[in-house]
Amino acid sequence: MAEAAIELVGINKSFGAVRANRDIHLTVERGTIHGIVGENGAGKSTLMSILYGFYQADSGEIKVGGKPTEIKTPNEAIAAGIGMVHQHFMLVHNFSVIENVILGTEAEMLLKSSVAKARAELRRLEKEYGLEVDPDAIIETLPVGLQQRVEILKALYRGADILILDEPTGVLTPAEADHLFRILKQLKDQGKTVILITHKLREIMAITDNVSVMRQGTMVATRKTAETTVGELAELMVGRRVLLRVEKGEATPGEYRLEIDNLSVSDTRGIPMVKGVSFGVRAGEIVGIAGVAGNGQSELLEAIAGIRPASAGRVLLNGKPLDTKAAADPAQLRKLGMAHVPEDRHHVGLVLQFEENENSILGYHDQGKYLSGPFLDIPAIRDDAREKVEKYDIRPSDCRLKTANFSGGNQQKIVLAREMEQDPDVLIVGQPTRGVDVGAIEFIHRRLIEMRDRGKAVLLVSVELDEIRSLSDRILVMFDGRIVGERGPDATEGELGLLMAGVETKEAAE
Amino acid sequence: MSVPYAKLPRWVDYGLIPLINLIVAFLVAGLVVLLVGENPFDAAVILVKGAFGNGENIAYTLYYATNFIFTGLAVAVAFHGGLFNIGGEGQAYVGGLGLSLVCLAFDSVFPWWINFPLSIVACAFFGALWALIPAYLQAKRGSHIVITTIMFNFIAASLMVYLLVGPLKPFASQAPQTRDFLPGGQLPKLGWLLAIFGLDIRNAPLNVSFLLSLVAAFFVWLLVWRTKFGYEIRTMGFSPSAARYAGINETRIIIVTMLISGALAGQMGLNTIMGDQHHMAIDFASGAGFVGIAVALMGRSHPVGIVPAAILFGMLYQGGANLSFEMPEISRDMIVIIQGLVILFAGALEHMFRPTIQTIFASLSPRSTGLPVKAEAR
Repeated sequence: MAEAAIELVGINKSFGAVRANRDIHLTVERGTIHGIVGENGAGKSTLMSILYGFYQADSGEIKVGGKPTEIKTPNEAIAAGIGMVHQHFMLVHNFSVIENVILGTEAEMLLKSSVAKARAELRRLEKEYGLEVDPDAIIETLPVGLQQRVEILKALYRGADILILDEPTGVLTPAEADHLFRILKQLKDQGKTVILITHKLREIMAITDNVSVMRQGTMVATRKTAETTVGELAELMVGRRVLLRVEKGEATPGEYRLEIDNLSVSDTRGIPMVKGVSFGVRAGEIVGIAGVAGNGQSELLEAIAGIRPASAGRVLLNGKPLDTKAAADPAQLRKLGMAHVPEDRHHVGLVLQFEENENSILGYHDQGKYLSGPFLDIPAIRDDAREKVEKYDIRPSDCRLKTANFSGGNQQKIVLAREMEQDPDVLIVGQPTRGVDVGAIEFIHRRLIEMRDRGKAVLLVSVELDEIRSLSDRILVMFDGRIVGERGPDATEGELGLLMAGVETKEAAE
Repeated sequence: MSVPYAKLPRWVDYGLIPLINLIVAFLVAGLVVLLVGENPFDAAVILVKGAFGNGENIAYTLYYATNFIFTGLAVAVAFHGGLFNIGGEGQAYVGGLGLSLVCLAFDSVFPWWINFPLSIVACAFFGALWALIPAYLQAKRGSHIVITTIMFNFIAASLMVYLLVGPLKPFASQAPQTRDFLPGGQLPKLGWLLAIFGLDIRNAPLNVSFLLSLVAAFFVWLLVWRTKFGYEIRTMGFSPSAARYAGINETRIIIVTMLISGALAGQMGLNTIMGDQHHMAIDFASGAGFVGIAVALMGRSHPVGIVPAAILFGMLYQGGANLSFEMPEISRDMIVIIQGLVILFAGALEHMFRPTIQTIFASLSPRSTGLPVKAEAR
């Protein structure tokens, strides 16, 4: 066996009550490309941040080249020969390439000699690894792929032997990604060690030598890439979580309540995230959208809810196309019978500084029953809130308490109570049980099924595959902004996992 | 990510902590007085006596406080919507123009009790107008309201200089001010109010606009905590993303909030011009708009806090004037230093002693701190 470049022994790390890494053991061989896969929140980034000195492990040991090494800061990581390319680049936009490369390593008062030295070094790196980039170009004028190359150059310039790349292809076009892979192979041939963090299995299969799978903070398996399959990795990644399945009867779907017609949405940077998606949700059914986080589900949800403008396509509510004004006005959509439980309850669904009863009218505060003239009808609002607190078993049962003082599960119940009690025709729900304790999960699931049985159309977006499978009557899988497949509720995890990894589309394309 | 503070009892939050801040401010101010070579205890006695010693002093203190209540409320309303209105000074200045136009036109026609409501409307209109352009630029173009309102203070100053040395100055007068208003443009004093307590205000200019400022404080409380619009303002101020989710129109909230803020700041002229000087002089606002920022900060943007904070600053103004008169070593500038220290400790360093007090309370009685705030790891 080859010599180990990095060995992690028994790494533990907790944030409050969340155990991000538990007893992680990992050996990365020198001169290999080692992939680490796992869903969002599996603990990959935490582990790499420990290795790079952003965080310190609560316990455990890091060995670099066989020697136990303490890494408390990124500087110590650099000194140990570890370099990192972050998912979000750490570049100064209005500096030139060479200025960015030397940033923090300028040895003398005047820049001139440092720049000259760096120029020579860059030329060498360029020749050795095929990392061509104009050293005098300004960063913001460069395409993303080249900016990433500058990040790699920065790490190499600092003498990195071990290079960590965190989701490097997330922002790249396929051609740029292929180029990156060629560079990584070249680095490997020159004896460098590369650790590649990703949730894209295709990339793992394409270029890694070994692959480790993380799930919910633990390292569940390490395989030689040549000896494993995408199917096995997908199953390892998703795992079989124990979750109580809520009993539910057959769905009796009625008419289409919500229809999405060829909808396209871009994110705030203008990068297309949803690419021409069409589907419908009928009364009395739950349609689940599965997918690895970051494949456009969030943007899709926000566009339907009127928070994010769509770049093309239509949304039909109860058979009527929404006019462009209503489609961008959540207040209007609520009046038309659409309720929305957003993915981010802390920043979107709730105002944490408000009292519970104030949050229980958010978005519905212009309804007559909460107002008398221009004034809020405070007694009515509080009575209404008390009723919901009781009905949804929100604890502590005090509608005057500040919302920040409720636990995550109870905060989510506040949002659900508000949205469900409006008796909407269409309920769209994002990550309903993220950060919610097990007891509340069951309660929330029951409520969602109740909504369905009362003939409501429910659209559910979740990265929890179990949740999708136990609640949905139909499952749509999103990958790279498109819906790549539809399955029934009896689809296996492996089957869905493959779709989520974009495997079928690739085969279909070939 | 900031660590959320645990809950403290309300009396600690709103009573003890501001008091400690204030005491520290006065201790440091005492050191400064000591450095100048005066006895800080004597100085403190003179200051307090000068502010509250007799009917006239109290009336002066409340007269100054009236200005700060208006401007403090103006800053507070904007603050609830997440807008930092630094332009209270300019809005007050231009608001005074509105009232002067009303008084110059009607002081010989109507009695004061007709001109007063007309002037309130004029002050509100002109003050709001001065806030409108920064508000529009913020809402539609994203120009930062702090920058634009500061700039508008300068524009207001230049505009008023032009008007007061030109069109509004009576012919052949040397002073940059309007003509004196006739009795129809003068507000009655509040001698009767203090007479109830057996106090005599003598020449102090305390006038009915003090009562108006208290009405305004109540109006602000009503607006922010009891109306649908106030609910929307607070939602915006706490979380713009939640406001977007709730379908609250951001542009409308920014503009209307700033209009209300400007209208409140504009009322300040009623007190100074109609209540005291009976003409509009150059630079009559003399910093009241800026003191309003400190008052709002210290009063936690709540009318119940703003009124006492304004009276505190009124006390510093009035007592400070007395102090510099009785202790010539202590100049007017020293008073400004003391005011600055109060602003520093009560406003900017508001949270300095908080963690310590928190720890003390948590160890004394864990119950009193209520439920722990959940700090969620992300």
